[in-house]
Amino acid sequence: MNSINGEKMEDTYKSIIQVDDLSLWYGQNQALHNVCMDIGEGRITALIGPSGCGKSTFLKTLNRMNDLVQGVRIQGTVSFEGQDIYSPQTDVSELRRRIGMVFQKPNPFPMSIYDNVAYGPRTHGTKAKARLDEIVESSLRASAIWDEVKDRLKSNALGLSGGQQQRLCIARALAVRPKVLLMDEPTSALDPISTSRIEELALQLKNDYSIVIVTHNMQQAVRISDDTAFFLLGELVEFGDTERMFSQPTDKRTEDYITGRFG
Amino acid sequence: MKRSAYTKVLKTAMFASVALVAVLVVAFVFYVLAIGVPNISWNLLSTKPSYLSGNIGILPDILNTVYMIVTTLVVVLPFGVAAAVYLTEYAKNKRVVNAIEYAAETLSGVPSIVYGLVGMLFFCQFLGMKTSLLAGSLTLVIMNLPTVMRTTQESLKTVPQSYREGAFGLGAGKWRVIRTVVLPSCVDGIVTSCILSCGRILGESAALLFTAGFAHSLNGYFKALHNAGATLTIALYFYAKDQGEFEVAYAIAAILLVLALIINLAANLAGRRLRERRK
Repeated sequence: MNSINGEKMEDTYKSIIQVDDLSLWYGQNQALHNVCMDIGEGRITALIGPSGCGKSTFLKTLNRMNDLVQGVRIQGTVSFEGQDIYSPQTDVSELRRRIGMVFQKPNPFPMSIYDNVAYGPRTHGTKAKARLDEIVESSLRASAIWDEVKDRLKSNALGLSGGQQQRLCIARALAVRPKVLLMDEPTSALDPISTSRIEELALQLKNDYSIVIVTHNMQQAVRISDDTAFFLLGELVEFGDTERMFSQPTDKRTEDYITGRFG
Repeated sequence: MKRSAYTKVLKTAMFASVALVAVLVVAFVFYVLAIGVPNISWNLLSTKPSYLSGNIGILPDILNTVYMIVTTLVVVLPFGVAAAVYLTEYAKNKRVVNAIEYAAETLSGVPSIVYGLVGMLFFCQFLGMKTSLLAGSLTLVIMNLPTVMRTTQESLKTVPQSYREGAFGLGAGKWRVIRTVVLPSCVDGIVTSCILSCGRILGESAALLFTAGFAHSLNGYFKALHNAGATLTIALYFYAKDQGEFEVAYAIAAILLVLALIINLAANLAGRRLRERRK
């Protein structure tokens, strides 16, 4: 677990997702090349790299969101709690319940705030009103938006500001009690204040969830993540402790990227 | 100098065209209403025609029109929406989908008398429905199916992909995503297609001449389905052509005109209402 692509050399931790020799093709285009990575439990892992480097694609392989894209072919294994998620026995619905996702652009459903948060639990069979009320409240509290919306749970979620919408989407993802939260550039569409709120929230959530976050913003990676993975042209160039990676990158390409020579 | 004169001529020509269109429309509407409205009476609206007493009433025709609209919509909606959902959300073979879309568009350009002929041969004769409201309705179903399907398809395509992703990301299955997120966001498209269909059914005559017939008997819904019956447009044709009762024909024309106006307003209103609700 400690030697991934020959680079991981810092503190040991328990991993929750193991990616082994993962390659992915969109039709004829290979988008990921033999990626190996152990994602730590209760940690924040940041995926960085220039646009089109495969970091979002990689993120989506972790809860099989790439299944929705036509012509995707995958090789290698992704194990979540010891189970290969690409095996035919995998219940994709259950997998996505346990590995939740927050998208780049806030995408609340065009329904009430309450129904947005209750959507996941209802999907997975929770019907009792009292139980739903409880889940909605605790999820909204956990994503630090309860006080702002508690008086208008029945109003349409599209009336919220962008930052609020994104926190609502996080609440929606938390409502199904996932283990892992995948965040695909969750702050790229937000203003600086909303961004810092989401970052603060991510640090809080770390206590209960493992988080994998794709970010364009290297400062963000430094501020919130424990581990950082640097992708380039579909290849995992370097993966390791964030602090170490930004102070003494081992690969020349990582150094060039984080010092702003390209990207 | 030359250029500005040219612009002036063009502008005048355009203004004249607009004025001509406006005058034609207003004159047309005014003419129909002026002759038609005075001939609308409570007796006309609330009785059935009788050869014995010489009474003319269009209540059966009004009811037939309502029956026709209801029956057609009840059949065309589920089929049209289901077909649209399948083609946009499930079908994998894009070439087949394109071929079907193309066929549907061609079909909606076919003159309605052709539908009438086919409907007569297929429903009335082959399936033995005789000339009846049901045969007429089913003919109109075939006529409206492409429109309902295409309109629904277009509105399904406008539902942001991010809604679908969000729902899939929570572990929802495909059908649940469609039922709870996709379809509710395109209700306005479906409602619009319904209203458009209402308008077409209201205005259709050629396809019904062969299939639904001319009878003016006053029937309940289920009895009416199995019997021949004229809708308002057919009645208009009948009174003008067969009976020479032009006052009645104009009265019906005025009613149709007002109904068409109401349907259009409803379509606009529904569209706007639903768009606002979405915001």
